Amino acid sequence: MRALSWLYMAVAYLFIFLPVAVLVAFSFQAGRLPVPPFQGFSLRWYEKVLGDRDLMAALGHSFLVAVVSSALALCLGFLAAHALARVRLPGSVLMRGLLIAPMTVSYLIIALGLLTVFGSLGIRLSLWTVGAGHVVINLPLCFAICYAAMGDQQRSAERAARDLGAAEWQVLAYVSAPMLAAPLAAAFFLSVTFSWDEFIIAFLLTRFDVTLPVEIWSMLRSGLSPATNAVGSLVFLVSVTLVVALEMLVFRRAK
Amino acid sequence: MTLERQERRLGWGLVAPALVWTGAFFALPFLAMVALSFAHMEGRTVVRGFDAGNYVRAFTDWTMVKALVNSLEITLIVTAVSVLLAYPLAAIIAFRVPARWQRLALLMAVLPFWTSYVVRSYAWLLVLGQKGVVNTTLLALGLIAEPLQMASTRFATVTGFVHFFVMLLTLTIYANLIQLSPNYLRAAADLGAGRWQVFRHVVLPLTLPGVVTGAFLTFVLCIGDYITPQILGGNTELTLPQLIMLQMGRSGNFPLASALSVVLMGIVTLAYLASARWVRLDRV
Repeated sequence: MRALSWLYMAVAYLFIFLPVAVLVAFSFQAGRLPVPPFQGFSLRWYEKVLGDRDLMAALGHSFLVAVVSSALALCLGFLAAHALARVRLPGSVLMRGLLIAPMTVSYLIIALGLLTVFGSLGIRLSLWTVGAGHVVINLPLCFAICYAAMGDQQRSAERAARDLGAAEWQVLAYVSAPMLAAPLAAAFFLSVTFSWDEFIIAFLLTRFDVTLPVEIWSMLRSGLSPATNAVGSLVFLVSVTLVVALEMLVFRRAK
Repeated sequence: MTLERQERRLGWGLVAPALVWTGAFFALPFLAMVALSFAHMEGRTVVRGFDAGNYVRAFTDWTMVKALVNSLEITLIVTAVSVLLAYPLAAIIAFRVPARWQRLALLMAVLPFWTSYVVRSYAWLLVLGQKGVVNTTLLALGLIAEPLQMASTRFATVTGFVHFFVMLLTLTIYANLIQLSPNYLRAAADLGAGRWQVFRHVVLPLTLPGVVTGAFLTFVLCIGDYITPQILGGNTELTLPQLIMLQMGRSGNFPLASALSVVLMGIVTLAYLASARWVRLDRV
């Protein structure tokens, strides 16, 4: 039974890591195709990718959209969570429902809806429209994380600050936010990774300035190439670095 | 009293920006899309109106019905297989792996989760393709004479999906398993229950809400996904999202695309209602 467990675990890990291992291994392929046989080790595809101006522009766009939209989603989510957790408002269940609702709707549908509205209002598609969409998908997440993290301990501290004459913005900036630093950081990093990796909204809501997943998508159309492996490996490296940083900074400290 | 009123006004002020954003960029577009789904096309122009023709077409046109059936089949297979594969893995990590290694084991089990979503499907193409790793290996071992056709099939789509959702479900199921008090298991064992009985009558019922929540999430994300079937399934069979994209792209038929999206929404709502007894979105 015990041996069987370890065997199962080994097979499961093999399955989980197989595509990533193949992806990374063949990004170092010297030949022109990212499939066996392996024709020797080469960094030429990384060189090609890092020198590709469109790709680097897309990388910059992705980074910009991810950081700006996540920051906005976090602000909106934090303020709303603060209000709904602290103040008794009529219809608060309904408001919570509305704020969480985008979580249950496919990104494709969110994108299609936005496309319809932007189209009929004559709003030009750009990175801004993509960012607006990304705030929509990340706001529920930020709201939910902040809302879940607000406990009684903070409430007392906030009340104390208010009694000592702090204005509401001071309470938020100097008391609530620092006390919730860990969940706020977690929400922000999660949002960044979701936005960074999001395809369908970015694909449908932009024209000329595309984000990285969309650029990779267009690379796929010209068939298999180790260059795509190289980009994929780089993106993986960035994401894993983010995740490990999050793990070390946020969760270690939370313990 | 005035203090309370003041506080309430402040509360509204804080919650308003998020509500306005969600209203303007989510609720309103969604309603606009629903309205558009009742319009129809004349040539290449959209004619607004109240016309259920798109919905009639969605349920009678063979291409559309087939896409709907494909989507449902693939999603149900993926959900079932992913749960069946992820549960044992989560259980092994929770009960067999020593406590100090569990976090690492879990982090490793979901590491490829963070590869780019488009790239992940592409990577499976390298594994399953005509000249891919699996075919090359099997040919070299002499197990097959001809390369197997795996890319551009439903098998590839399902594999790509299962890969992703096994990671997601391992996380959610693990989170539920470690919340189980070991006392329950000990009590059941003391009362003479065998391993299987402990699982069947104690562990499974207590973790069922988490499993159903995870399965629901899998269902929602899987049925709405465009990338995986597009890259791995090729154009051998269409799923609903692929059909929606085709309607928008090639034919510019936004009303029909909207109607199909509303149908997709409807399916998700039905799935939610079916599992609502167990689903706790706040527990994800």
